[in-house]
This record gives sequence, C-alpha cells and structure tokens, in this order.
Amino acid sequence: MKMTLGAVAQAGTSRHYKTGSWRVDKRPHFLHIKCNADDLCALSCPEGCIYGQGKNTYFSDYDYCKGCGICAQVCPTKDIEMVPEVK
Amino acid sequence: MAKKMLEGSRAVAEAVALCRPQVVSAYPITPQTHIVQELAQMVADGEVEAEFVNVESEHSAASVLLGASATGVRVYSSTTSQGLLLMNEVLYNISGLRFPVVLTCTNRAVSAPLNIWNDQQDSYSVRDSGWIQFYAENNQEAVDFLFMAYRVAEDHRVMLPAMVCMDGYILSHAYEAVDLPTPEEVDAFLPPYKPLYTLDPERPLTFGTYAEPDKYMETRYMLHRAMEKALAVIEEVAQAFQEAFGRPSGGLLEEYRTQDATTLIVGMGSMMATVKATVDLLREEGQRVGALKVITHRPFPAQALYRALRRAERVLVIEKAISLGSGGPLATEIRALFQGRPQSPQISGAIAGLGGRDITVETVRGAVEEAQRRVLEAEFLDLRPDLELEGVD
Repeated sequence: MKMTLGAVAQAGTSRHYKTGSWRVDKRPHFLHIKCNADDLCALSCPEGCIYGQGKNTYFSDYDYCKGCGICAQVCPTKDIEMVPEVK
Repeated sequence: MAKKMLEGSRAVAEAVALCRPQVVSAYPITPQTHIVQELAQMVADGEVEAEFVNVESEHSAASVLLGASATGVRVYSSTTSQGLLLMNEVLYNISGLRFPVVLTCTNRAVSAPLNIWNDQQDSYSVRDSGWIQFYAENNQEAVDFLFMAYRVAEDHRVMLPAMVCMDGYILSHAYEAVDLPTPEEVDAFLPPYKPLYTLDPERPLTFGTYAEPDKYMETRYMLHRAMEKALAVIEEVAQAFQEAFGRPSGGLLEEYRTQDATTLIVGMGSMMATVKATVDLLREEGQRVGALKVITHRPFPAQALYRALRRAERVLVIEKAISLGSGGPLATEIRALFQGRPQSPQISGAIAGLGGRDITVETVRGAVEEAQRRVLEAEFLDLRPDLELEGVD
C-alpha cells in the first residue's frame, strides 16, 4: 500500500467503513404509513445512508446506520420509530 | 534587474506580485500590514491577477490558503506575532497536507506585555511545525528568499510550506535600495506550480484524511525526511539563483570573515549586519573574530553548521528568542551538534533585542568580551540595572 504525500486518499473511502456495528441498542424502523416524502430523514442523516423516492419507500442501510435516531426525531409525521436492536 | 529605493514592505509586495500568486489572504497586523495593503491595492488596480480574500482572523487567512493550495494554485500570506500564533493550528495542517504555501513573517515580540516591536519569538514558536524557515538580514534577502522559498517549497522532492522571516520595523519599515528582477527573469527562475494532487470534482480525492496509529507515524516520518531532503534542494536553488540573477543569495549559512577566526558569532536576521560591523571593528583591533549567519533555521543545517564551527575555540550564539525555562533555542541546538564529537568549541548563548531593544555594536562587543572570560549559559544582554525586578533576587 502506498502512502501519498499529505495522506491524500481516493474519494469515497468511507464506503469501506461499515459503521453499522457502532449501533448499541436501537435502530430506526420505517413504518411506511404516514410518510409524506419530505426527505427530512435522508437530509438529516449524518451518515447519508437513508434512501427513498416517494412516499413510504424510505429505508436506512443498516450496514452504515449508527442508530443515532435523528431521522426519527425530525420526522414530522412520526413515521419512523426507534426499535430495539434484534440479534 | 533594476534597483529601486523602497520600503521593505513595498519591496516584498512587489516581489510577491512577481511570483504570480493566484490567491492571497491575510489579516492586518502591525508591522506586517503594509505588505498586504500594497498587495490588496495591486489586486484592486488589476496589476496582480490574484484573488484577494479578506478574512476575520489569521486562523481564517491560513485556512483560506490551505483550501486554495489544495486546488493547485500558488498562494501567499504574511503575518506576525499574535497573528502567527493564531495560525499555529493551521500551520501544522498545511505542512501535514504537504501544501507549498509561502508566507512572510515580519518578526515581532509576543504578548504579554503587549509589544509591537521586533524580536523572533513568534517564528521560533512555530519552529517545529514542518515549515521551512529562512531569516533575512536585509530587504534584498527578504525579496530574494521569496523567489527561492516558492521554488524550494514546490519542488516535488520537498512539498513543504516555507516562511520568510524578516525583522519587523527594522526591515519591514526601512527604506533600502532593492534589486527587483523583471517579470521575465522571475518567470524563468520560478515556473508555474505543478501540484501532485489537486481538489477537482472531475477526479475526486480525499484531502485531510484520518490516520490511525497504524499510519500516522509514517506521515510524520515522511515530513521529516522531506525536511532533510530540503537541505540539498535549498543549496541547489541558491546556486540556481546565482546563475539566474548574477549575484549570490540564500542557501543554508553565510560565513563572514571566518577564515582563521578563533571566535565565531552566530545569529539570524537583521542583527547580523551589526554583528558584521562588530567583527570589522574587532578585526581592526587584531582579534580573530568572524560571523556565521544562519539563513535556514528549518530544516536545521546541522552538518554545515558543524563544519563551519568546529575549528573555532569559542562560539557565541546571540538570539532574539528564548525557550523559557531552558535557554536560547539556537544555542541549545548548536551545543547538541558537538555532543559526542572529539572536540568542541566553548559555546556561549546570549539573549538580546527582545521586544525591540536595540542590538548595538556595543551589545555585541560586550557579549564577545564576556564570552571570552566565561561560558555564557543564557545571558540576557543589556538588561537595565536601574529597574527593581519584583521576584528576582
């Protein structure tokens, strides 16, 4: 492996870090009942791992989701619930 | 080349313009303000095709340069004293990211107490930040060293930022005749900057990465090796400068009447003119005294210094900074050069000229005489005997 001057790296390396293992006890559960597709959950996600197009299509990629709960907090229709982590 | 009678700051500003920086960012601070004031005017008048970014602090100025340099353009700033200290965090980031940023430091004392006059505590304080440091004796050098600083910093064997230090007021506000090369001459000596990696949306890269214990240490080792390599590049560039402009300037050290000298006076910056005058005086009296000017402070020119000093019986290092609780930093490093060597000169260290106190021929002469009687550890020169210093016995 080559160390570049200034430790400059290829772009998009965070894809290799599966931060989902950081979740401790809860993860977001998308109910898909009252979703109005305002995109707030995706825009607020610090990991950028919430995807969806149109009402009741949003989901979080659990490979990266750290379980912070911001999506559930900002959802105006309370269509996201933080649920206990299942083994 | 054409000689012009200019204020030091104006001369530096004109030299910067000749280097064709594309981004300049700075925050005004005495005694540096004239440099960027002149540059801002040149940009406003369309004489310099650069983006001049006004910011709210030196921390921001350095950050602007960091970001601009990442896009692959040549950048410039100047600062001093508290401003340089405020930049400190960013200085480490710039060197760590290997951006060849160049800045002028118009050396000034640091607070408290508030003092706007000259010493070199400010640039000494960032000595270990991975920046190359040159110290100018006069305004001609403050100008010459800029051309060389960019060429050394941007050399792909080096890729490190560089700081040209010039004594505040003593140089920045002094009018001197300065040889300014033509734009064609500078263009021939200093080709456009060719970055290794650049921020470019077409070819995305990650700058400012996180390095865990498994990689961080290698990055510091790489920086240190680049500093060591810079020693040879600095000498090479000084040689190229002489060939291009027909007169010597720059390099690691400058020797003055050192042939057969038994006592050598070492120092940096404008005080060396006074030291040379003192050497002339003492030589007239038959004393075998010489002067050694340290031009490149970082990377530390250990081998060159050792070779230049080893035959002396006595070395007196005079410096305008102190590592509080230790002593003169340059004297300490020079003493270390002789550790484990078969023979060593007696090495004295003296602190002088802090906060703008004049260093006169009498100051230097008195220190030489004292150093001939005993070894000085960290002797403060010209302290006022008439002041009662509370807490000092």
